[in-house]
Amino acid sequence: MSYFTQNSLLSFLGYPVSLQTFLPLSAPSLHFTMDWQGQKLAEQIMQIMLLVFAVTAFVAGYVLGSFQMMVLVYAGGVTLTGLITIPNWPFFNRHPLNWLDPSEAEKHPKPQVTVSSKKKGFKR
Amino acid sequence: MHSFGYRLNGLLTFAVTILALMCAITSLSDNFNTPSPSAEIKIMNINWFQKQPQGHDEVSLTMNVSADLQSLFTWNTKQVFIFVAAEYETRKNSLNQVSLWDAIIPAKEHAKFWIHTSNKYRFVDQGNNLRGKKFNLTLHWHVMPKTGKMFADKIVLTGYSLPEEYR
Repeated sequence: MSYFTQNSLLSFLGYPVSLQTFLPLSAPSLHFTMDWQGQKLAEQIMQIMLLVFAVTAFVAGYVLGSFQMMVLVYAGGVTLTGLITIPNWPFFNRHPLNWLDPSEAEKHPKPQVTVSSKKKGFKR
Repeated sequence: MHSFGYRLNGLLTFAVTILALMCAITSLSDNFNTPSPSAEIKIMNINWFQKQPQGHDEVSLTMNVSADLQSLFTWNTKQVFIFVAAEYETRKNSLNQVSLWDAIIPAKEHAKFWIHTSNKYRFVDQGNNLRGKKFNLTLHWHVMPKTGKMFADKIVLTGYSLPEEYR
């Protein structure tokens, strides 16, 4: 699949695709980003899910009288949490930051910063 | 939580920290268990009682140990290590403890048992003080947890004594 058809397919599926996701045709993995809101959400989900699974695992183990059950439930919970919070799922990128297009940036040059000398006062 | 590796590291660190907390609470839950073990040891026979070439007394005896240690097991118990020790006093030492037999109980089902055995380890004295000696047989147990604190306790059974003369 050529890059352009790949891109258009992904944007059709709802994955935000920007010029920043320029990839060589040989790249095997798709690199998506998480926006800032998504990162915060991912961290919150991870902490809450791990705590909930820890409590559930302990209660299950205590009630059933089985240490192995506690460890298994917790291990399953950790794996599930990892699957939800670690990869860059699209729902973590619902507030993407749209960077300025390069051709647009050239039309508005950066303001020049005047260099002024500053003296640092010594306290005696 | 910026990149894949960063999130993976964060998740694993937090998960392991919480696991450590879970293990600590599990160990604390063992304190709620009030065990009520019972044991009985009968000496069936004194096989022989001799003075060794180096001058130390040695006894060989056959005993019948029966015990119910099921209440020691909790969900956090890996195994219970038990041993029978003979305890007595001599002029030289106020307390002598000689381990005669031990065993590992791996599960609750095996904790109610009886065994007819001769002493697994040699009952040798430091000297020749054993003739007519009164001694206690103590059943010690160590409850080894899957995680956390190990509990140890014992039952003292009194009233045993050795023959007056060598056999």
